[in-house]
Order: sequence, then structure tokens, then C-alpha cells
Amino acid sequence: MAKIGYVINGKRHFFKPKDKKINRSRAGNGMLFFLMIVFGILMAAPLVMIGNNALKPLDELFQYPPKIFVRNPSFENFKDLFVAMNSSWIPFSRYIFNTIIITVGGTAGHVLFASLAAYPLAKHKFPGKNLLFRMVILSMMFSWTVTQIPNYMIISWLHINNTYLALILPACSFGMGLYLMKQFMEQIPDSLLESARLDGASEFYIFRKIVMPNVKPAWLTLAIFQFQQMWGNTGSMFLRDEELKPLQYALQQITGGGTARAGASAAVTFIIAAIPIIFFLICQSNVLETMTSSGMKE
Amino acid sequence: MASREASFIAMKQGKLRYQIKKSKTSYLMLAPFFVLFFFFTILPVFASILLSFTDFNMLEFPEFVGWTNYIRLLVNDDIFLIALKNTLIFAVVTGPVSYIMCLLFAWIINEFKGKLRAFLTLVFYAPSICGNAYMIWLIILSGDRYGYLNGLLLKYDFINEAILWMKTEKYVLPVLIVVQLWLSLGTGFLAFIAGLQTVDKSLYEAGAIDGVKNRWQELWFITLPAMKPQLMFGAVMQITQSFAIADISIQLAGNPSVNYAGATVVTHLLDYGTVRFEMGYASAIATILFILMVGTNKFVQKILRRVGE
Repeated sequence: MAKIGYVINGKRHFFKPKDKKINRSRAGNGMLFFLMIVFGILMAAPLVMIGNNALKPLDELFQYPPKIFVRNPSFENFKDLFVAMNSSWIPFSRYIFNTIIITVGGTAGHVLFASLAAYPLAKHKFPGKNLLFRMVILSMMFSWTVTQIPNYMIISWLHINNTYLALILPACSFGMGLYLMKQFMEQIPDSLLESARLDGASEFYIFRKIVMPNVKPAWLTLAIFQFQQMWGNTGSMFLRDEELKPLQYALQQITGGGTARAGASAAVTFIIAAIPIIFFLICQSNVLETMTSSGMKE
Repeated sequence: MASREASFIAMKQGKLRYQIKKSKTSYLMLAPFFVLFFFFTILPVFASILLSFTDFNMLEFPEFVGWTNYIRLLVNDDIFLIALKNTLIFAVVTGPVSYIMCLLFAWIINEFKGKLRAFLTLVFYAPSICGNAYMIWLIILSGDRYGYLNGLLLKYDFINEAILWMKTEKYVLPVLIVVQLWLSLGTGFLAFIAGLQTVDKSLYEAGAIDGVKNRWQELWFITLPAMKPQLMFGAVMQITQSFAIADISIQLAGNPSVNYAGATVVTHLLDYGTVRFEMGYASAIATILFILMVGTNKFVQKILRRVGE
């Protein structure tokens, strides 16, 4: 690990050498670029449609046959949405507050707990290791639909029903996150950890200062998945009190208002998609920054 | 003889106790996750497996019925067999194809830099991030003349009258497969994107010196072996997704679909679990699906170990 400059093939360079592309033919580039454009248009379709629908005035929303692109864009739909929000029984700020607690709690908790448990599974030797890891993998293959009923009973039994914890705690224990983190942590060279141990660093210190920075792309990606999950949760199964319900629930109530609310619900669809997309872009651009500065490889 | 065995076991136990004591920190780090995991995953899964041997309508206490649910499922339930067949077709077609798509697109996107790269990732991930993205397929596949697909085919005289795509048995499964493939750049795709970031760049230079000639050789001999852990992860995610296809089938073809052409194991499960409230039977379906996935996973992991050899 060089502190100053860049080491390439054993030689130290004080300036970052320009990235030279090796093994790239121009014909190949052209072919792949073409493939990207064709598939990109197909994949981007829902983004385009949601964006255009949000800006369509009512007559265009009901036009038949439907057109993808908006002709007279307006912000009417968002105004309708605000009217609907203001007429709600519980102030909308309350729903937003609930969503922030649930989403931040579920995402941060999951990323932290899953990473913390993934580290010993990837890098330590202890009795029971294989059993625990195998259980995590197997658990991912059991249908979530049927475990919901026992899950509900356990949550009532723990007396956390109708609290934020009923959504946050189960979210902290999804097997997928642990598996993802463990796979990335396995790639960290042992010698890096060993040298830190020789310097007297504790395991928690190593986790915080060496392991986590080195697997930043992994936990940023995990945060995207988990944010999406938590954001999409209406909590209808576990939250009875109206004051505890998340924004997603309130927004879907507006969508359920039928044709009278068609404009507002187009705006809702837009907002429901926009928030995770913003989070996605923040995380993804950070994924890019990390690897250029990381000292992961020896 | 017996005493020697006993002392051997005692020694082993002592060693085990010593190892457990020595690994205190490891267990401490595992504790928060695994305590929650035990309550919210392990217990419910075991409870469901137990319920699969009972008759449980969610109101009365479950009644033990032995293997009845399984026998009914495998011998008497014709729809389950259709659903099983459809699920296997889905899994065999969409599983490998979307896995390769995830890998291929992640790899191509990795060639781009900076903001363009983040943007392209978003574009390809869009169907997974826009809540109800399949809505667009309802318009495309609409059964009248105004559906985009029908309109296009009519305009260029491929067909003479509009086709009811989701109401015609022979089209249901192929159309669902296409939609599923379109939706498939999800978890695995992003994991691959992140995995490609962690591949040591100097390996490529070393490879070029060692005689790697083009990008495909580079992919096979350098990139893929370097991201094996992510490949394993992607495979597990792919299996859990391709065997559990249900949502798009219900949204596009309905549940029940015409002649059960779009029925899958999970739509069948949802039918019993959330409509008929036969939880014992639904749990038996889940258990069989579980066994199917575990078996497939064993097989796939064996293949993946050979990558780059």
C-alpha cells in the first residue's frame, strides 16, 4: 500500500498515469455501444412514461389511445396532489416523519448489523461458522408469503406490534444483505488485516477503519436495495394507528381515489419513483469515487 | 477402548470450549444480526415447515394431518402440476438468460466513466426502481387495436385483427418470459456493478503482458475469476427470483390466468394462502419450492466453481 504516488509493476509514479485502454478494439466498442442504445431505450421506457404522465393535464391522461409524450406540460397534477394532501385527516408532515424513521432505521440498521456479522463470517475461524452461513443462504429460498403469518404472530408475541420496531427489526435481519457483504469482504487480502492486528488494532477497529472503507461499493449498493424495500413498505400489516403509518400508505390512499384523483395519482407515481432514484444516484456516484482512492489491493 | 473414546471426546469438547471462548469477539459481532435473524427468519421458516403438516385456516388451532397436504399436492392437484411445469420453464429460460444479461450489461457499463456511468446504471436499473413499471406493459399488450404491439403489427400487416395477448393461452407464457427478462436487471446487476469496481486494475495490465488479446479473453481469464464471490451471490439471487415469479403473472395475466397458462408455484401458493386461507397447504407448497431452489443452488454453485478454468 503506497501512501504517496501510485505503484504500477513495482515502479512508483508520482502522478497518476493516464488510463490506457488495453485490449479494446474499435469495432467491439461500436458493437457494444449499439447494443447499449437499443436496450437502453427499452429499459428507460418506464422512466419516460412516469415523467411524462406526471406532467400531462387531465384530458391527455384520459386520451385514448394513450400517447407516451406529453403535449401541453403543466404542474396541475402536483397542485391537485397538494390539495389532496392538505385535506388529509392527519398532517402530511407526520407521514413524512414516520417514513424517515422507518426508512433510515431499517436501512442503517440493516447495513450496520449485516456488515458487522459478515466480517467474522468472511474472515474469522470459529465453531458454528458454516452452519450460520448456510442458514442465511437457505433462508433466502423460503417463500416470504408463508412466513408472514408466523412472523405476525412472533411480532405480536414480542409486543412490538403497532410500533416502528415491527417494521425496522425484521428489516435488519434480511439474509441477502449479510450474504452480499460477506462475499465482498472475502476479497480483502488477509495480510492487510494481519498487519493491523500486529499493530495492536482491535477487531472492531479493523472493521471500522479497514474492512468497511474497502467494501464501500458493497454497502452503498446494499443501502440502495434496502432503501427501496423500506420506502415501498406501507406497513399495513403491523401498523394500526393512523399516526404511525408511512408516506407510502398515505400516497396510495390518494391513488385509490379513482378517476377524480387521476391527476394527483400520476404525480404520486412520480414522487414514489423519484425518491429512490435520487437516493440511487447519490449512492452510485459515491460508488464511483471510492475505488479510485482505495488502497484495497497490495 | 470405551474409556479411550470417552477421553477423546472430552478432549474434543475441551478444545471446542476453548475455541468458543477464544472467538468471543466474533460471536459478539454476529450477535445483533443473528438474534434478529433467529426471531424474524429462522422461527417463521420452521413454523411454516411445521404448518405444512397441518390443516390450518388461520382461525382455529392448526390440526396435525401428517403427509396429507403433500400427497394431495403431488397426486391430486392438477393445477399445481401445471404451475410447477410453468415455473420450471420460467426458471430454465429466464434464470440463465437474465444472469448473463446482468453480467454483460454490468460489464459494458463498467467501461464508461463518471456521471455517464451512473446515468447508464440508472437507465438499465429503471424497471427495478420504478415501483409499478409493468404498467407500461399493460398499454403495450392491450388486447384492442390501440395496444402498442397490436397497433404496430396491424400497421405493417403482420396480423389482420388485434390479438388478445394475455387472454390467449399460447401467448401468455412467452410474453411473461419477455417481461420478466426486461425486469431482470435488479439485485444481481447492481452487485456485479459493485463487484467490477473491486477488480484490481493492475491485473489487466499484467494480463496484457501475459498474452490476453481481446476484451473477451480479458473477461473470461481475469475479470470473472476475480469476481467469483459476486458471481455466486448473483446466482443465488437469480434462483430465488426466477423460481418465485408471481407478481408480473398476476398483474398481466390475472390469477387465475386463462386456463392457468400463467400459473406458477407462487401464484398457486398465493391463491391458497391469501384467497382460500388454507395456510397448511400453502406452507406445503412453499416447502416444496424451497427444496427445489436448494437443489438448483447446489447444482449451479458447482458449475460456477469452474469459471475461468
